[in-house]
Amino acid sequence: MDFYSITTAARLAVRVPPEMHAADRFLSVPVAIVFWVITAVVIGIAVQRTNRNLDERSVPLMGVMAAFIFAAQMFNFQVAGGTSGHLLGGVLAAVLLGPWAATLVMACVIAVQALVFSDGGLVVMGANIFNMAIIGTLGGFALYRLLCGLFGGEDRGRIPAAAIAGWASVVAGAIAMSLELIVSGTSPAEVVLPAMLGVHIFIGVGEALVTAAALAFIATARPDLLDLRPDRAARLAGAAPA
Amino acid sequence: MAESQATPEPAAEPKPDPASEPAPSAEPAPKPDRGRPGRRWWVAGIAIAALVVVVLAPLASSDPDGLQRVAIDQGFIGQAQNFISGLLAGYAIPGIDDPRLSKILSGLLGVAIVLGVMYVLGRVLARRRA
Repeated sequence: MDFYSITTAARLAVRVPPEMHAADRFLSVPVAIVFWVITAVVIGIAVQRTNRNLDERSVPLMGVMAAFIFAAQMFNFQVAGGTSGHLLGGVLAAVLLGPWAATLVMACVIAVQALVFSDGGLVVMGANIFNMAIIGTLGGFALYRLLCGLFGGEDRGRIPAAAIAGWASVVAGAIAMSLELIVSGTSPAEVVLPAMLGVHIFIGVGEALVTAAALAFIATARPDLLDLRPDRAARLAGAAPA
Repeated sequence: MAESQATPEPAAEPKPDPASEPAPSAEPAPKPDRGRPGRRWWVAGIAIAALVVVVLAPLASSDPDGLQRVAIDQGFIGQAQNFISGLLAGYAIPGIDDPRLSKILSGLLGVAIVLGVMYVLGRVLARRRA
């Protein structure tokens, strides 16, 4: 008798729409719990860091990013035959807001999607946030910084670095999702890993394009918004970053 | 060029209703931006988000997305079940039959919700800096 059968009486099965994050029954309970713990810890850190470093002028940007990412995630674009993909937006958010505030933005989007629209389960929300938010905002941003360094500085390398990091965040998220599915026993490794990778290396291209386009647009229309990120703001103010 | 002051208004709804003005703060009462074009950039940002919902979301591909595709092909789509059903599950508003309208409205509602939550969270967390 497992956890899921105990709660069957109270469970409402939901018809899953095309835009879909992992549903509750995709992962085993131990896996779901582990990722809830990881996500809770990271969000706790993100709250602390955001409180310490974020300027209040970034607040409207947080709102707009959440709004835009939520909206964009509703739009599935066609990828290879029979499959679609959608934006994640973690790298975009991190480039503009810094990794910690971006983590909160992304977590908020995913939470609203799950709570209000049943797009993603509540039990597996920790895993969904880890895969779609944390990997992108933390890992993706680290990669972005690395690439900016390689491309001769952020002002020059911003667009290609963000595009590549965006692509990588989608692929890495897909790998993480695959590992969770494998460990949960939902699907065997030799089947799910190539399947997820095969699809997401293409979806990642869409992420790269949208990320690049959005940053190019902002760099043209409102370049001052690029300087709201705490480390850039601190550098411009001449102070050492906190 | 850190001139873009955040006007401390509540987040604007992406609908025609004007946002209610809060009590005056340190700045003078907001007027349409004359001297500083693009000052209310976040209005444009919200408008873009609303536009994505209204225009693009209904055009969304109906093919299953990456994870769902794999679930279908590998046979675990039957496990696509959640414990709790959200109020607007499936991006549909109960009572509105037209699926496009339902999706658009639920999307706009979602945009408003994340805006509100994020704005409140941001105000609580972010600090005024010199």
